[in-house]
Amino acid sequence: MNIRLFFFLATLAAVAFGQGLTQSTLLKQPTDSWPTYNGDYSGRRFSPLKQINSSNVHTLSLAWATRYNRNPNSAGATVPIKATPLMVNGILYFTAPNNVWAADARTGRELWHYEYPPNTGSTIGNRGVGMYGNWLFFESPDSQLVSLDARTGKQRWKVQIADPKLDYTSTVAPVVIGNHILVGIGGDHLDNPGFLESRDPETGALQWKWWTTPRKGEPGIETWPDEYSSSHGTGQTWIPGTYDPEQNLYIVGTGNPNPVMAEKSRKGDNLYTCSIVAINPDTGKLVWYFQPSPHDVHDWDAVQTPIQFDGVIDGKPRKLIAQASRNGYFFVLDRTTGKNILTKPYIETLNWAKGIDAKGQPIPDPAKYPTTDGVLVSPSSNGATNWPAPSFDPDTGLFYVGTSRPYAMFYLTDTDDHPEGWGGRDTGVGGDPGALLAIDYKTGNIAWRHEWPSGNGVTHIMTTAGRLLFTANGDNLIAFDPANGKILWHTGLTAALSAGPITYMLDGKQYLLVAAGDTLYTFTVNQPAK
Amino acid sequence: MRYLELTSLGILFFAAAALGQSQSKADNSNAASAAAIAGSKEDPKAVDRGAKLFATHCGGCHGVNAKGGPGAPDLIRSVLVLDDEKGILIAPVLREGRPDQGMPKPNLTEPQISDIVAWLHVQTYAADHRTTYTFLDVVTGDPQKGQAYFNAAGKCNTCHSITGDLKGVGKKYEPFALQSKWLQPRSARGASPSDSARSAIQVTVMLPSGESVSGKLDHIDDFNVSLYDSSGEYHSFTRDGAAPKVELHDPLKAHRDLLAQYTDADIHNVTAFLVTLK
Repeated sequence: MNIRLFFFLATLAAVAFGQGLTQSTLLKQPTDSWPTYNGDYSGRRFSPLKQINSSNVHTLSLAWATRYNRNPNSAGATVPIKATPLMVNGILYFTAPNNVWAADARTGRELWHYEYPPNTGSTIGNRGVGMYGNWLFFESPDSQLVSLDARTGKQRWKVQIADPKLDYTSTVAPVVIGNHILVGIGGDHLDNPGFLESRDPETGALQWKWWTTPRKGEPGIETWPDEYSSSHGTGQTWIPGTYDPEQNLYIVGTGNPNPVMAEKSRKGDNLYTCSIVAINPDTGKLVWYFQPSPHDVHDWDAVQTPIQFDGVIDGKPRKLIAQASRNGYFFVLDRTTGKNILTKPYIETLNWAKGIDAKGQPIPDPAKYPTTDGVLVSPSSNGATNWPAPSFDPDTGLFYVGTSRPYAMFYLTDTDDHPEGWGGRDTGVGGDPGALLAIDYKTGNIAWRHEWPSGNGVTHIMTTAGRLLFTANGDNLIAFDPANGKILWHTGLTAALSAGPITYMLDGKQYLLVAAGDTLYTFTVNQPAK
Repeated sequence: MRYLELTSLGILFFAAAALGQSQSKADNSNAASAAAIAGSKEDPKAVDRGAKLFATHCGGCHGVNAKGGPGAPDLIRSVLVLDDEKGILIAPVLREGRPDQGMPKPNLTEPQISDIVAWLHVQTYAADHRTTYTFLDVVTGDPQKGQAYFNAAGKCNTCHSITGDLKGVGKKYEPFALQSKWLQPRSARGASPSDSARSAIQVTVMLPSGESVSGKLDHIDDFNVSLYDSSGEYHSFTRDGAAPKVELHDPLKAHRDLLAQYTDADIHNVTAFLVTLK
């Protein structure tokens, strides 16, 4: 079905069944809801709201804080809320592994709590739900896609998306585009193939499946020794991508190739691992790709949110997409073609590349491939950044990312001609503390930086038209001026920020909501009495 | 793909050095690592027997390490092996072979089959858990060049002495642990209290009154700094931008600064030198 016609019909259908998330809401930038992982399809995590702003942020105060308790005997009981909550029609929907909650956004009061049955899947995290009408979708640790009725928390159906015994880990927040539920996957210890697939929102039936590495006869197979190595080359899709409705492109990052640190059996660029790929969500066909880390050997997934925005390059308006990649490089691409516009390192310690090729892709230095006696590389396998959300503020034209500059020794542990799994390990050997960076997309230059005195610099970010940037360091939630990096406000939480902050308007009040550990906090500025 | 967990790591960002087991040279036998056997919860004796049985009966085609050979698949990537529990899927194949696919019947007893199943489970567990991986030989450098680096370019001898604090260090640690520890002394597990005290970050807080308070850093962020003074008393101060003035002294700064200067050969040479300090 033509996607525009679909959206029209879907909007009619949504109106007909009252509550729920309409497709037209997903296509605009809503301020009365936060309907997707990134708040809107662009991935900017920028809100046009400005009731909370740089002039009154010093009065920002707690509206409510609520703990969400899990059954202490259930798997994943200690994993924090890493889900970016959705807020739709005054209801919050969020997850932890094996757990989904609905809560009243006005009070934090729990409306329902769904517990998935005990299982042996990985409970490393869950990034949240996707929503379509009144249906919610989330991934279980044992790789089922589960659909719930958002009104009751009752399970509608579940479908198996991968074999959990093959070390697939399922943590991704599904992305809803038209009548497609886009489902990604993780896991890279057993050399299993990565994929992105689309499911029917009503039945869970498979619509299409795109393997992230090519099979025999497909473009890109020439970047592997053979089909066997490609089909065991992994390249997982464990962070939601972004969507350009005008071109109907779903743009998502893919993970590292396998075996992770032992590259002997996979010579070549290893497409489409560590890549940014544009997929037609109706067909599952690849439209373009760009590879931030050709032939990666350091576990530097390129899954970091590729943020879409329109900008001006050399005086001409351009449709852009930018990623601060885990390998330490900042990339700006033309999102209609995938052609590179800018490549620049954003950490100064980076030491693993010999330069940039004609396509704007870093050229890995073989001298920095893991060895049995170890090579010193920066960043470490944790990367210069990681999955926590970056943000782009169209008012400042700056791209914000939480960063780290660790060094690590990368050791090869599997010298076999047919290595398995990771085939190596890295051990951290120190480095400077992390920094919050504001990057100018036109030059790649650092417009400002805030060096953290301690703690992990790789943290979640959100910006708003109220001239505010929200992020965290340690257990502190902090508001910055996005133009210059000045700290404007902070408060202490009971744990480190565990998911991206969100904001929305409810009953005429702008709320800031953050997750830290098992607790959600909301903040508002007090309004003058009427 | 490793997920970054958000934990506060103190003043320096450092990951814990994984001081796993290492061995002196690449081991091409198919013995499973002790960590993998323990993690898999299989019986170590059965695993040991299974390793030998596999090498004898299966290794000819599948390779002694089960990673496959000409015409015989890699069993560590086998969905049947990965999906198996208690031999339910593997045992029938070992009993009957797969004549249609060219695998003869191996003629194994039931206990032998159990042992091979146990060994295969350890192999897949090991691949799946990188913390069980065994580090290989790190002593590849030139000890003489390492000594020269120690005394000249690296300026290691400004703080360290091979007859003082480093005496016998090559005997005290096995080589992989030694390399990890000298590269990042703070992160090494099992550091002695005296080592910890020596590497503790010192802080001085200068108050507007002109008074200053110094001691061992407890915590610092943009809004607070706290410390324990030499008498063990705790002090905590609110920070507001540049006030009060805070000075940090990290005794390991030289180690941190060297990270941007070492070549990999320097590192391997220094390790080779330190290993000789028996």
